[in-house]
Amino acid sequence: MTSTSANPETLSALDRPNSYIGKTVPRPNLDRLMQGRGLYVSDIELPRMVHVVFVRSPHAHAKIIGIDASAAKQMPGVIAIVSGGELAAVITPWVGVLSHLKGMKSAPQNAIAIDRVCWQGEAVAAVVANSRAQGEDAAELVSVDYQELDAVTDMRTALDPTTAVIHASLGDNLAFERNHDAGTVDQALAESDEVIEAEFIFGRHTGVTLEPRAVVADWNAAEARLTIYQGSQAPHMVQNIAALHLGLKESQVRVVCKDVGGSFGIKVHIYADEMAAYALSKLLRRPVKFVADRVESFNTDIHARDHRCKGKIGVKRDGTITAFEIDDLTGIGPYSMYPRTSAIEANQVVNLVGGPYVTRNYRARARVVFQNKNVMCQYRAVGHPIACSVTEGLVDLAAMKIGMDPIEIRRRNLIADDAYPCASPSGLRFEQLSHHAALAKLVRMMDYDALRAEQSALRARNIHRGIGIASFIEVTNPSAAFYGVGGAKISSQDGVAVRLDAQGSVICQTSITEQGQGSESLTAQIVGSVLGVSMDRVRVILGDTDNTPYGGGTWASRGAGIGGEAALQATKVLRKNILDVAAAILQSTAGELDIVNNVVVTVVDGAPRIELSELARIVYFRPDTLPPGIQPELMATRHFVPREYPFAFTNGVQASWLDVDIDTGFVKLLKHWVVEDCGTIINPQLVDEQIRGGVVQGLGAALFEKCVYDERGQLTNANMADYLVPMSGEMPDIDVGHVVSPTLESELGAKGAGEAGTAGAAAAVTNAVNDALKPFGAIITEIPLTPQIILTALGRI
Amino acid sequence: MKASAFDYARATSVAHALELLTAHGERAKVLAGGQSLLPAMNLRLMAPEFIVDIGELAELRGVTVKGDVLTIGALTRHADLLKSPEIAAHAPLLRDAVAHVAHPAIRNRGTIGGSLAQADPASELPACMLALDATIIARGPRGERRIAADEFFAGIYETALAPQELLIAVELPVQPKDSTHYFHEFARRHGDYAIVGLAAQALVRDGRFADLRLGFFAVGDRPLLARSAGELIDVAVTPAVLAEASSALDEELSPLEDQQATPAMRRHLAKVLLMRCVSSLLSRPDLCTGVSA
Repeated sequence: MTSTSANPETLSALDRPNSYIGKTVPRPNLDRLMQGRGLYVSDIELPRMVHVVFVRSPHAHAKIIGIDASAAKQMPGVIAIVSGGELAAVITPWVGVLSHLKGMKSAPQNAIAIDRVCWQGEAVAAVVANSRAQGEDAAELVSVDYQELDAVTDMRTALDPTTAVIHASLGDNLAFERNHDAGTVDQALAESDEVIEAEFIFGRHTGVTLEPRAVVADWNAAEARLTIYQGSQAPHMVQNIAALHLGLKESQVRVVCKDVGGSFGIKVHIYADEMAAYALSKLLRRPVKFVADRVESFNTDIHARDHRCKGKIGVKRDGTITAFEIDDLTGIGPYSMYPRTSAIEANQVVNLVGGPYVTRNYRARARVVFQNKNVMCQYRAVGHPIACSVTEGLVDLAAMKIGMDPIEIRRRNLIADDAYPCASPSGLRFEQLSHHAALAKLVRMMDYDALRAEQSALRARNIHRGIGIASFIEVTNPSAAFYGVGGAKISSQDGVAVRLDAQGSVICQTSITEQGQGSESLTAQIVGSVLGVSMDRVRVILGDTDNTPYGGGTWASRGAGIGGEAALQATKVLRKNILDVAAAILQSTAGELDIVNNVVVTVVDGAPRIELSELARIVYFRPDTLPPGIQPELMATRHFVPREYPFAFTNGVQASWLDVDIDTGFVKLLKHWVVEDCGTIINPQLVDEQIRGGVVQGLGAALFEKCVYDERGQLTNANMADYLVPMSGEMPDIDVGHVVSPTLESELGAKGAGEAGTAGAAAAVTNAVNDALKPFGAIITEIPLTPQIILTALGRI
Repeated sequence: MKASAFDYARATSVAHALELLTAHGERAKVLAGGQSLLPAMNLRLMAPEFIVDIGELAELRGVTVKGDVLTIGALTRHADLLKSPEIAAHAPLLRDAVAHVAHPAIRNRGTIGGSLAQADPASELPACMLALDATIIARGPRGERRIAADEFFAGIYETALAPQELLIAVELPVQPKDSTHYFHEFARRHGDYAIVGLAAQALVRDGRFADLRLGFFAVGDRPLLARSAGELIDVAVTPAVLAEASSALDEELSPLEDQQATPAMRRHLAKVLLMRCVSSLLSRPDLCTGVSA
């Protein structure tokens, strides 16, 4: 790890003795989870609780002529069968648009379809029963009469005048279009020695969380209060939206997120079936549980990617990249998701293409179209894998064309490490990136020259290996620029409250949430370090709108950078307050005292003066012994949001080394490297594992994962046998290295690390496959890279 | 994802199981390891009215060698096959094949009888039965039947078993000491159903095949004992001979299309497998270069 401190003579709150910052410490929640004592939504059982099973449309697009539930109502255990029209009495529809995405449109979506279904899997009726099994039995007997309508399934023809318009009121199937033109693209391309074009195709895939989406909604009519237990990444957002559409005040809704079995952006949206569960609880005045099963997860959890992007790059013979141009098309299903919209991914693609490079010439068009497939929205590394694969694919094609090494062309074009602050051709502002340091480190880690020699030696033996490189930029720590400015009530600030309890331990309430990435750990590490208490004395409470400050939650790589800074600032205040009390008790001054290892000590010699537990005892039980005029405040709250930069960009570079069996088209991943720069590293193990997990998700997209739809809009592989998630057996070792450029926007200096792995993995693999296939003149720009695609490209089948 | 309601009985003996099957026949399904049946029921792809659980019938579990016959009880689990010294000594092909069957959790529950009776054309063990010239023992209301492996598999999920019959065991000839074998499958991920696979058993003497049995799987609606193997027996195998065997194999295949592969890709991969198998069994790397479609 290479790290440079901006101002080494001043010790910050983080450099205190016994700091946990930069140390791998076990997560505080590990024992609980490892001993099976986690509490997931599925585990929650409430008195009088019932289960909802949804009758779902078998058609991609159809009119609902009638629903006959009479036989189903006679089934054992059935409490109620509710249609979309009936549910509309308690919940209003929504439209997933944001005002800063100019011209964006979408149609009103209901919790349960009324009159018309728009994708295979959309809920048509809710069967509420005493058990899930009874509900499923009854659901089979609900008879729905459909009249099939033309389904729009191919994004390429969605805008054709001959294609049916899914929502007549919108006039066409275009949800959003963005055009961007910077510099002098045409001139730059005309002056290039080579211009290379390619079309990049990305399969639709999804997040496949280990724990499916789940909710228990409990409307207490006596209190007029709804409690929602849900595995959400953004509890306050859920609170706001549930209240808005159920006609309640936010104070009437409490959202509780206990343990969450993976999210990856899947659980940061508002889903129709979850809204239906809230509404059913209000309608039936009792707790209602909905747990998606695996088939429902595939059919209704948001899908992502599914882009076709035409790209163009201009290059001079000396390797100078002159311009990038893209034309991106993506299909998002029949509704834009609520409230973050389904246009953000395409918008990000426009933002991010060409981002690591110097050239200012960049033209982009992105179009987002409706189709009769499951909804699409933001999934881990939103837009990044598309932008990175297009950019890095084009850069490699350019290098190949002019006969330049892929490392060399990047060295000649990446933005210099001393050129910051600066902006990208799409207008993104970079505070401090480290592309060249990262690339140099990667080259050392992988021993690039030795690998090239090995590749060449093996080729003589008919063994075809490839090296793929992918530089990337990553959006983290989003400010209100992401959603708030567009009118969504999604907070970009986070808050933390810390208090000293009566025995000298610390209780910390934070508005960020935990889905396995280590929010609880990083918060405890920061609080413990800044305050001077051991981590086992810090208890972190998160995921409860009644019991945490207001904030955004955990998504878009914001937990550590934003929530972590709030924890730091709140703890600094608490520390000062404690030292003020200690100074009064000890007849000293706060400046002469410090807290180390749970004890107030003298700064100069470290001599112990008073245990925190003793200080707390005096404050809480014998305040009468304190000098007059002292009112201790052993609780402190601080909030934080970045204001200077809309996003804290990070950067990095990945490399893949793999083997392509040219007889079978099978790819074997041999090794993967990542160097990334997330600023201050709070817990190296958590960062590295987050990077590795992200890489694996990217490798899944590169080689395996795809939601396969047929031409009628039927999802044909909605199960774990046919939808291939990456498994450990096929995964390579992943070496992770870091460059550290802290952001100066916060004292903590942390940027995010959640997207980096996913951002560049597929690009590195695709480039490596094309590198391996170079002797055969085959170039592939489509993922997943299946044996079928590779054999076809090689002309073997 | 809950199974529909069904009736259930746990058989206490083979005779009891047969009584239950006689009584419930077509309505019933036999539950052995449950690794195919239960997922299908939970997905409501199948809704048998009656489940006959034979899981407790210890008499059906185990591997024995008598003379030159290796007998494997129907309830012998994949994990048992993997560990069995008798299998390793007398039918090592089976051990190699089982390592490709799904994952440890599934191998701990899944049984050989269950896999054969399920007759998934993409699964490993049916093809091994062909390569190993197995005899499948079934018992029904009218007594015991011995069915040759190449007559047992009748199509996708279809076998020669009658609804009232129970698969009891398989018998394999003990392989000669100088017998060799080859097993490989192409699957997207380790443990997945194969796109194409090959289980082969051979006798190689003086650099020639004295015998060669090629059991292909996932190349049609049932495992295939390739007749084209005959072209390679008792001849000096040259690239030309191999190429001819390869085109003869092509004519025997009737591969299906699914999400992993087109029929053309399956044909191609089957021929790659043939080439690699022959090259490996004869220790002739020269035969493996320049594979083409």
